[in-house]
Amino acid sequence: MARRPKGSIIGIGELKPVRYSTGKTTLSLIAESVRLAIQDAGISKGEVDGLLVGPQVGETPQHVPATVSEYLGINPAMSNTVDLGGATGPGMIWRAAAAIEAGMCETVVCVLANKNEKGETLRSPNRNPIREFDVPFGASGANTSYALLKRQHMEEYGSTQEEFAHLAYWARKNAQKNPDAIFYGKPAEVDDILASPLISDPLHLLEIVMPVAGGAAVVVTSEENANRGRHKPVYLRGAGEKITHRAVSQAPATNQLPFSYSIPKALEQAGINITDIDLFSLYDCYTSVVAVTLESAGLCKPGEFGSFVKSHTFGHDGDYPLNTHGGQLGFGQADLAGGMSHVIEAVHQLRGEADQRQIKDANLSLVTGNGATLSETTALVLGGER
Amino acid sequence: MNPQTNISLPRPTITPVSQPFWDSIKQGKLTLQQCEKCLDWVFYPREHCPHCFHDELIWREASGYGHLVTWSVIYRAGHPAWQELTPYIVGIVKLEEGPSLLTHLLIEEKDVFHLMEVEMDIQEIGPHPLPFFKKKEEN
Ligand SMILES: [Zn+2]
Repeated sequence: MARRPKGSIIGIGELKPVRYSTGKTTLSLIAESVRLAIQDAGISKGEVDGLLVGPQVGETPQHVPATVSEYLGINPAMSNTVDLGGATGPGMIWRAAAAIEAGMCETVVCVLANKNEKGETLRSPNRNPIREFDVPFGASGANTSYALLKRQHMEEYGSTQEEFAHLAYWARKNAQKNPDAIFYGKPAEVDDILASPLISDPLHLLEIVMPVAGGAAVVVTSEENANRGRHKPVYLRGAGEKITHRAVSQAPATNQLPFSYSIPKALEQAGINITDIDLFSLYDCYTSVVAVTLESAGLCKPGEFGSFVKSHTFGHDGDYPLNTHGGQLGFGQADLAGGMSHVIEAVHQLRGEADQRQIKDANLSLVTGNGATLSETTALVLGGER
Repeated sequence: MNPQTNISLPRPTITPVSQPFWDSIKQGKLTLQQCEKCLDWVFYPREHCPHCFHDELIWREASGYGHLVTWSVIYRAGHPAWQELTPYIVGIVKLEEGPSLLTHLLIEEKDVFHLMEVEMDIQEIGPHPLPFFKKKEEN
């Protein structure tokens, strides 16, 4: 068996996404998420001796762990900022487990939150190569990057708009089973998705996540202490991570994107095959990233996600349950906390506490996170048993 | 304050390392770095070769030719100053020398196709001349 970080998830807390968060600070949303997670774990704040937080653009550029620790009133023996874009959430989980195994701490809170105020435009202070070589040409923001990725896939493999729209359709459909989802009560058919405005052609509005305010926190402890919590523990069975580039213009070939390393690595650590997975909790900021993730995971050949999505079903009762909480496309994306929603849903399902969307006999979940434009990728295998 | 007031098209944030690239664009030329040791071409500008990590990179004039890997027609611009100019097309060009770059395409949507041959066409629509690309002209 491959070497791997071992740990267990004993607590989760997630704020219900809202479009705008008037009168909140990021710190207050972080604290609220942590409060929910430690309540869920049934532990006190004083038992938390590790803290992993995300970067906060334009708000607390430096000393983020100390600022958050002070606000929470904790004195962690291990803390850090994890900065992997949408891969930050899953990236925190294995880092927490690794720190615990290294003897630095015993119980780590991993937390991400985002406020979203109406009319607020935080302009990035970046002075990096993207700001120098992309932005002056009229390309800024993730929409354009993921549109370029989608166009390339369509041209190289002949994939179609309708095939991509199916991915957004399933996200919306699954969100109808999750009262917390921002699009609960608002399903969308394939035709609705194709009829929504082109934002950055070939990407339609309904293939793009809705930015929301929200937050999520996860309590990680050792395998030995897994039964400390109030709920059935969930175990970290394997992890994989890979970064290949930052700017979309520097990305490797479509069939060599970094999930083609990180997902097999996580499966190898867990000693399982992709066919053993009961829940696919796959990062979905855009339809194009889901397409590439399905292909990189080996569920279908490169370029063939379209026939795959049209010949299978992806609800909680489907043959490939995928993003049963609605994914971020259906749930909403509270910035970096959106990536953690895929961890949280996996925990709900593996505990058997997913209510009306519960998968039968859910025991293994693949969770992915993706940052920048398929640049930073993390994959986790979470299990209901060690 | 309205965040859109006084926002102009964003100029490149030039660094001491990238200065020669932009100087040559001002003179109507595309120059790229080539590694003295492994001979690979490099973009964006650096002081170290990302292939072999050698630290002598030589500025050389590049052909200005390449082919179009992918593109997007922008309807909702990520930067407010660009919104007035929508729709417009950006794309990724793989240069003849090997590196890829993101650029603005001076091609009509109906004429764009995958792997089409393109050539550099320096434009001054904003505060600084920029290497845009257009359909390669027949010789
Ligand atoms: Zn070299």
